[in-house]
Amino acid sequence: MASNKNHAAQARAGNHGHDGHHDLESLRLMGFWIFLITDCILFGTLFATYAVLSNSTAGGPTGAEMFEMPGIIAETFILLTSSFTSGLALLCMNRGDRKGLIGWLAVTAALGACFIGLELNEFVHLVHEGVTIGTSAYWSAFYTLVSTHGIHVTIGLFWMIAIMIQLGKHGITPVTRRKVNVIGLYWHFLDVVWIFVFTVVYMMEVM
Amino acid sequence: MWQNIKDFAADFFVTGDPLIYGADVAIVLTMSAIVFVLTYFKKWKWLWTEWLTTVDHKRIGIMYVIASLLMLFRGGMDALLMRTQLVMPEMEFLSPEHYNEIFTTHGVIMILFMAMPLMFGLFNLVVPLQIGARDVAFPFLNSLSFWLFFAGAMLFNISFVIGGSPNAGWLAYPPLSGTMFNPGVGQDFYIWGIQISGIGSLATGINFIVTILKMRAPGMKLMKMPMFSWSVLGSCLAIILAFPILTVTLALSFIDRYFGAHFFTLDGGGNPMMYINLIWMWGHPEVYIVVLPAFGIFSEIVATFARKKLFGYKSMVFAIMAISVVSFITWAHHFFTMGSGADVNAFFAVSTMIIAIPTGVKVFNWIFTMFKGKVSFETPMLWTVLGFIPCFVVGGMTGVMLSVAPADFQFHNSYFLIAHFHQTLIGGVVFGYIAGLVYWWPKVFGFKLNEKLGKWSFWFWNIGFYVCFMPQYVVGLMGMTRRVSTYSWDSGWWGLNLVSTIGGFLMGAGFLIMVWQILHSIKFMERDTTGDPWNGRTLEWSIPSPAPMYNFARTPVVEHLDDWWEKKQRKAKGEPEKPLAPLEPIHMPKNSGIPIIMSGFWFLAGFGLVFDWLWMAIPGFLGVFACMFAHSFNYDTDYYIPVDEIERTEAAARGTV
Ligand code: HEM
Ligand SMILES: [Cu+2]
Repeated sequence: MASNKNHAAQARAGNHGHDGHHDLESLRLMGFWIFLITDCILFGTLFATYAVLSNSTAGGPTGAEMFEMPGIIAETFILLTSSFTSGLALLCMNRGDRKGLIGWLAVTAALGACFIGLELNEFVHLVHEGVTIGTSAYWSAFYTLVSTHGIHVTIGLFWMIAIMIQLGKHGITPVTRRKVNVIGLYWHFLDVVWIFVFTVVYMMEVM
Repeated sequence: MWQNIKDFAADFFVTGDPLIYGADVAIVLTMSAIVFVLTYFKKWKWLWTEWLTTVDHKRIGIMYVIASLLMLFRGGMDALLMRTQLVMPEMEFLSPEHYNEIFTTHGVIMILFMAMPLMFGLFNLVVPLQIGARDVAFPFLNSLSFWLFFAGAMLFNISFVIGGSPNAGWLAYPPLSGTMFNPGVGQDFYIWGIQISGIGSLATGINFIVTILKMRAPGMKLMKMPMFSWSVLGSCLAIILAFPILTVTLALSFIDRYFGAHFFTLDGGGNPMMYINLIWMWGHPEVYIVVLPAFGIFSEIVATFARKKLFGYKSMVFAIMAISVVSFITWAHHFFTMGSGADVNAFFAVSTMIIAIPTGVKVFNWIFTMFKGKVSFETPMLWTVLGFIPCFVVGGMTGVMLSVAPADFQFHNSYFLIAHFHQTLIGGVVFGYIAGLVYWWPKVFGFKLNEKLGKWSFWFWNIGFYVCFMPQYVVGLMGMTRRVSTYSWDSGWWGLNLVSTIGGFLMGAGFLIMVWQILHSIKFMERDTTGDPWNGRTLEWSIPSPAPMYNFARTPVVEHLDDWWEKKQRKAKGEPEKPLAPLEPIHMPKNSGIPIIMSGFWFLAGFGLVFDWLWMAIPGFLGVFACMFAHSFNYDTDYYIPVDEIERTEAAARGTV
């Protein structure tokens, strides 16, 4: 049965005595935290680039002239809510409630998809108005920073779907539990990054 | 139609240069030879199951070493071509365009596809053994890192015969590397070759940090950890902080080239200077990333061959960590002349000089370790004491000279700089890794390398080094700038350049002797059954060589720094040994074909983007994602080695059957 196989997977890396599976999962979690540090630096570099170029519009339109804040505020609320629902998913997991877990993950993924939809809509609107990535250095930095976050969210969506399928197949095991924990961390991280995007890119521009 | 095909082929295959036709022929011949040999001896399956899909860190390490030696050959050929072109004034051997391509590929290959993988090879061969672990933290990821490096390196290398090589220098400064001045595919090869292998390097950084922090043998407190492992930790910390910056920088320059954005362009508000800041924020730590592990290697070797504990262990640890941190605040010393102003220059000048302090501490520690020790001079020690220490001391001093901002206005981009950084890179990094390779060779392969040939190779490399680079300091001061493909008779640089070229070829001879040494030793050297041919100090010498696939039959328990040495001392004093714990079945990761397949898709994606072929790039990326899913859904990744098999392996390794 599945649990048998899992045992083999968990029990490896028995470098510290016999409690191998605990070890492997904690290794992976630590690896993921370090990955998040590298991702922080990646976004930090993009933010720095954006800051350097924030006045380099080369005489073209500025962000303040182009942004439509209602849509962006809606996006923000949706993403914040999805962070909350991913928390609810975690609570269900800790109760051992597989249906609830999958259900809340599905809600989270749906909200994430809405976020992406709204973001694409914003981009289409901007391009329609005539500002593209080639308009000026400012817009290059804008599109790159915001869509890097968007791509991260999109990857998170597919990943979440993969985890939901695995939960359906294997149930809540130490392995799937770690996977849910990791995607939860990732999702919160993207939320925090978005708060910075919202503040630095949109709020500071229109204020 | 026919004309279209002809035009395309003329663009796609670089034509018109005998060197390139030669390379074409060489590539086709080598490929056919490999295919023929593998088919004739029916080795395809063996290659696939034993090597290409392996997740064993020792085998991955060997593959890294082989690949990087090949790259050393390619980079070295580039170097000799350049030196040949410079041997006399007004030479007509390489055209200026070709010269540009060659110094660019030489720089990139040496640093990213030779030094980095050789370093990762040594990490893989040594670290788990040294800390008493059965494996690295993420074996699958480890194999993926290797194959990403490999895919990136291949992508970069084929630019020579397909499409055209990059030519904007090893750091590809814009605007020269932008589409305005560089419309061909060369820079795109640069971007994707480095990007793909860079992702692998980042993953290796994460992998070894977790391995070192979490998988040390019981009892091995951080302060009882061997110095090489410490230096790996320092290097990996710098990797995870620096490589994301490289990823972003390359991505931005790709976005500029591909989507017509304006990050680094001259028009549209772009800012080329920002590229120079970003690339050096990675580039400077990068040179410490490659040199720190060499410091670790020297520490191990000096302690082993002086038969003494490393002097000043704690200060050594501190020095490594200090260097890995301070290296992040010195990047602007690479462009003192580009108008940052006196205050900024002063800050970066001082922060640069500060690095000399921990480095000096280390040199004194090595010297004090030898003091009153029973020093013996086998080849690893030769490389360390006669090769590295003097070379690095001189290189360090010229580095301090360069870090004096006002003086740098004179040295900047001259041959003085070229001589300085080759002195630290060759004297520090290459000598260090060769020393490490010779030192750990018996652990990896079960036999020592031939000492006599090793000494010949050492002397050729070393004498060649000084003959090659000392004259360059002088021509640099005489005004010869870097990246010039020729010079005139009345410049007065002729004699020195001639000498320098002779030195380059002496080093080439050193390399060939090294290859001969390896081949000769494979054939003739006796098997080492002790597992400890140098009378070593650290855990890796406590197990048989070559290490069995599970490394340690029983997890070692560590009590001291240099635990294996202490154990041998106690045994010599006649203290009773602790009884052995019973063997238990060992968990091992299963091989996987996903890393190599996934890297193949990365290669496709990169190649597609280089040529703007979305029909190739998109399937490439889809393939990458498919591989990720396949891996995520695979729960059957481990197996056990049963006790009787461990017993058999141990007995065979000790030569007792
Ligand atoms: C083995 C002997 C070597 C020789 C004879 C040699 C020679 C040269 C020469 C002639 C240049 C071009 C100078 C110019 O015209 O600007 C050069 C550049 C360079 N070399 Fe080497 N080199 C050697 C080894 C190495 C190694 C081991 C590394 C790094 C680990 C290295 C890294 C570089 C870099 C980064 C550049 C600068 C490329 C650029 O200007 O963009 N070299 N080398
Ligand atoms: Cu530097």
